[in-house]
Amino acid sequence: MVALARAEHHPVTAGAALDIAGVSHAFDIDGSVLPVLDNVSFSASPGEFVALLGPSGCGKSTLLRLVAGLEPPRAGTLREDGALITRPHPSRVVVFQDPTLFPWRTVWNNVALGLEAQGILKTQRHRVDAAIDLVGLTTFRNAYPHQLSGGMAQRVALARALVNDPKILVLDEPLGKLDSLTRITMQAELIALWQRSGFTALLVTHDVEEALFLANRVIVFSDRPATIKADIAVDRPYPRHRGDPHLADLRRQILGLLGLDATW
Amino acid sequence: MSTYSESDVAPFGADRETVLAASDSGLHIASKLRASHLGLSISGLGAGFAWLAFGLSCLWWPDIGDWPRTEAVAYTAFAIAAAIVVATAARETLGRFGVGLQQRAPWFLALGLFLTLWELATAKFAWLPLPFFPPPQSIVEVYTDDLPKLLDSVFASVKLQLGGYFIGATVGFLTGVSIGWSRAVGYWVHPVLRFIGPLPATAWLPIAFFTFPSSWSASTFLIALATGFPVTVLTWSGVASVSSAYYDVARTLGAKPSFLVLKVAIPAALPHVFVGLFMGLGSSFAVLVVAEMIGVKAGLGWYLQWAQGWAAYANMYAALIVMSLLCSGAITLLFRTRDHLLVWQKGVVKW
Repeated sequence: MVALARAEHHPVTAGAALDIAGVSHAFDIDGSVLPVLDNVSFSASPGEFVALLGPSGCGKSTLLRLVAGLEPPRAGTLREDGALITRPHPSRVVVFQDPTLFPWRTVWNNVALGLEAQGILKTQRHRVDAAIDLVGLTTFRNAYPHQLSGGMAQRVALARALVNDPKILVLDEPLGKLDSLTRITMQAELIALWQRSGFTALLVTHDVEEALFLANRVIVFSDRPATIKADIAVDRPYPRHRGDPHLADLRRQILGLLGLDATW
Repeated sequence: MSTYSESDVAPFGADRETVLAASDSGLHIASKLRASHLGLSISGLGAGFAWLAFGLSCLWWPDIGDWPRTEAVAYTAFAIAAAIVVATAARETLGRFGVGLQQRAPWFLALGLFLTLWELATAKFAWLPLPFFPPPQSIVEVYTDDLPKLLDSVFASVKLQLGGYFIGATVGFLTGVSIGWSRAVGYWVHPVLRFIGPLPATAWLPIAFFTFPSSWSASTFLIALATGFPVTVLTWSGVASVSSAYYDVARTLGAKPSFLVLKVAIPAALPHVFVGLFMGLGSSFAVLVVAEMIGVKAGLGWYLQWAQGWAAYANMYAALIVMSLLCSGAITLLFRTRDHLLVWQKGVVKW
């Protein structure tokens, strides 16, 4: 991550505002309807880092798919800077829990995917190089995914997202499958990338500590069908410390909302 | 298929052994190397003696039939024996060629012994009934005296096979991608494929030779049919089994449908496609030979048939040897292409 400090001159992408209004969604499973989201409304202002926290399987990831435009909601609207979200667009890029790198492409070609799909790779090759440098994988640019460790693969996935200069970065438990040491390192890297690029970040996580370490705001969801239980501002400067007593208070409060306060 | 996968995996196995050996203590390695060097030169010398024995067996006893190439075969055997011995002695200076030769020394030895035994069993003592089991020199005689006709046949077979195989592989690939990608195409093509596909391509032979304008076009059609079915089915299953997560990633990055087909579905399905191409190659060989035997008046299949008609058994064996070289060469070529295109799979999947 040495590259980060040197890269301050890079053009800063402004984040976009995200407005979610009255969104409900459901799945048809074997003929019965399974509601997953119930009248969810919230807004994220440009450049804000919002964490979505909730029990496993409550529908947070579904909400991210709707934000990405991969599926239309059953009811309600989602807007990016006022414009209705109807289909996927590279201004809203998703980093999934699995890196889902294309195994037949090298690191460089994986990162180049978005620019290639948009037909602008020929003139923008330097952006791919810069994104790979940014996540510190310059020496692995010609490696194939099966040669990478889990943390490196997830870094490539991050670079593949960031190369598109997204206005909204959608993070679906991106660090969930990493070992705890790699996770701590990458949380700091994520903060640095976010501060540098200025995108609006929407992070789904199970990890209360991770949410409090990274986000400006933590939105707590109920069990399925998900409704918003609480919207908590985390008004602490970066870089944060995991031992901060204010964060510990917030953690107790959030665990209480999730019905887990007795364990702490 | 297992035969090929084994020979394919072998180099990796050897690699692993080298790695294991390298992790051993230095002393151990040195003694192992000395032992293996001794073993190599023994099998090299043995191979030389086996070929010497083959040459001698040709000259020692009189032929019980009339074969003009006996002496030439004997002297060639002597030359090969000498070359093996010289190469064994000088293997240090021959580099990779020397290493390759040494690795194959046991095979040269076995081949020399086999030829000696064959020579004795046929040309010298007739332990095997003669017209049906010709001696090595009569097969060599076919290659020297009937070469033009044999070459013509090889050329005709290769031309027919290549044309049919490429048409079948291309059509099969495109059909497979369309069925895998489009629900509508799948709805209409799938039942047809299920109904017609399993039919052996040779069953079409009588109809094909009636309905097509030439026996060449009929055979091309049959070879294409035999190739196309497995290629279609495996391409289709390959495209259908691509993880939807890949499509999600590509779509969020701004990919259009054409990008999803060409840059996601097809590369992801390629390992399956190669299994189909391999199976198609096998079944198309069968159709090629049958078609040449029945309808086409050229090619190795026809040569076999013709040789049988004249009771020219040596010619049949000679043609069979050429045929097997061609078929195994084609499959080797296919594997090389696969390894080149699927270099990303190394260490992930092997079939």
